[in-house]
Amino acid sequence: MTRHDFQIISDWIQPNARVLDLGCGDGNLLKYLQNARQVRGYGVELADKNVLACVQNGVNVIQRDLEAGLAEFASDTFDYVVLSQTLQAMHHTEAIMREMLRVAREGIVTFPNFGYWKNRVQVLRGNMPVSPDIPYQWYNTPNVHLCTMHDFEALCDKLNIHIRERIVMTGGKRVSFLRNLTGSLAFYRFERNG
Amino acid sequence: MQPVSTNNSSVGVVSPQIAHFDTALTLKSGAVLPSYDLVYETYGTLNSDQSNAILVCHALSGNHHVAGLHAPEDKKPGWWDNMIGPGKPVDTNRFFVIGVNNLGGCHGSTGPASINPTTGQAFGSSFPLVTVEDWVESQALLADRLGIRQFAAIMGGSLGGMQVLHWSISYPERVRNCLVIASAPKLTAQNIAFNDVARQAILTDPDFHGGDFYAHHTHPRRGLRLARMLGHITYLSDDVMGSKFGRILRGSSFNYGYDVEFEIESYLRYQGDKFADSFDANTYLLMTKALDYFDPTHHHPEASLSAALKPALADFLVISFTTDWRFAPERSREIVKALLDNERNVSYAEIVSGHGHDAFLMPDAHYHALVRAYMERVAT
Repeated sequence: MTRHDFQIISDWIQPNARVLDLGCGDGNLLKYLQNARQVRGYGVELADKNVLACVQNGVNVIQRDLEAGLAEFASDTFDYVVLSQTLQAMHHTEAIMREMLRVAREGIVTFPNFGYWKNRVQVLRGNMPVSPDIPYQWYNTPNVHLCTMHDFEALCDKLNIHIRERIVMTGGKRVSFLRNLTGSLAFYRFERNG
Repeated sequence: MQPVSTNNSSVGVVSPQIAHFDTALTLKSGAVLPSYDLVYETYGTLNSDQSNAILVCHALSGNHHVAGLHAPEDKKPGWWDNMIGPGKPVDTNRFFVIGVNNLGGCHGSTGPASINPTTGQAFGSSFPLVTVEDWVESQALLADRLGIRQFAAIMGGSLGGMQVLHWSISYPERVRNCLVIASAPKLTAQNIAFNDVARQAILTDPDFHGGDFYAHHTHPRRGLRLARMLGHITYLSDDVMGSKFGRILRGSSFNYGYDVEFEIESYLRYQGDKFADSFDANTYLLMTKALDYFDPTHHHPEASLSAALKPALADFLVISFTTDWRFAPERSREIVKALLDNERNVSYAEIVSGHGHDAFLMPDAHYHALVRAYMERVAT
């Protein structure tokens, strides 16, 4: 993730909030949020080297497989739960979306937009897309559920999730025109309906 | 103590010290120890504001000799020497590390084999049962004596981890960081069952004499040996036993008898013998019982670990090992959950290891890197 990505997420988070960062990687986002927003939080991460990096980064990390749910975390204990660039690599997509809004008031998700025109062109040419946001070949990708913005919004509808805000970026710059076509990276902020 | 360095990463040759206490200690059981000794070792230097002290709590058969050697020709260093020393994950160039032999132990601290000053005989069966809570009390008194108001960290594995947990509850102001490794908030029925089989082996040994075997100039060697063999099985994983010993025979064929034939038999008997020669049977009974009794939720009004850990203020690092079935990762997750419920700063790592419960004593690179990284935080 770039500083731009951190900035967008940070702008959505109130100071002193309680934040859970799922698939937190090396903990850099949480570290950024601790400094910029004085948040209190935890990262959840599976990979050993990332767990170590989190401890080195001075952020709390809980080693756990997100696919197994978030049993350690009681309901309604966070202000925000972040799932950054991880949704597309999850098998149990619906389950994690439900878990997110069980433990937190608001969810923030970012994912590479499969509807981005360059991705579409690659598919039209007969290849699976490879791009800075989807930097894998079809045979070594951790991504199992790539989706477009339309797809994601349809899932939110199905799960009775209210989308509060959406931001789309391409190459570190925000785009606002025909977003599902021109945006390579999608940011969503959502909450339970009603 | 000014340790002589034998190599760059060892604390060198160390000598134990004795702290004598003349003020009576009332134990959890209600029994009173009118006076007692605690044997301890220290490594590194306590800084001027006493802010760099680390207490290491020992497990079932452990003692105060955590790092370094007692003599230059010693073959085996302290039990956590791979973790503690100059430049090691717990760096004695920065920290003042204390290892203490718990009350009831058999390595110098007052225990069943000590002479009862009022009778002039060994305590034996009259030595009271001590608990994790009692150990923490006595460690706090030792800390007072050493001028340590607050520990930078308290760390321990297994039964040592239970002491760390109790420290965080009992003296929240006196510990900034807790490292709870391969531990559990309380034993399961299966754990207690194993402990009782071990105890029965000792209690039913004809040489036990109701715990007063010292007067008979003997000790329940066979029972202690069996207890240790059983314990040892539970500290290893099936995988590590399989890969180390498998079904390898000592000879070339079956002998159709009950002598040692398989390598694993030889290994366990050797471990059992070694232990029976060096450990006190009463101490083994007492330490396993302390394990059984420990339960922060016992008599707690809400009977939940979250409620019991509410007073804790420290930051935590909790570590478990994938093949540890005696203190399984699920047990560490219970501790983590209770800390999360209380919004404590906690990190949890589950180390992939084939070594079972014993993994916490092994020099695994990732495990040690984690402790090292965490100790960087402790130091700042």
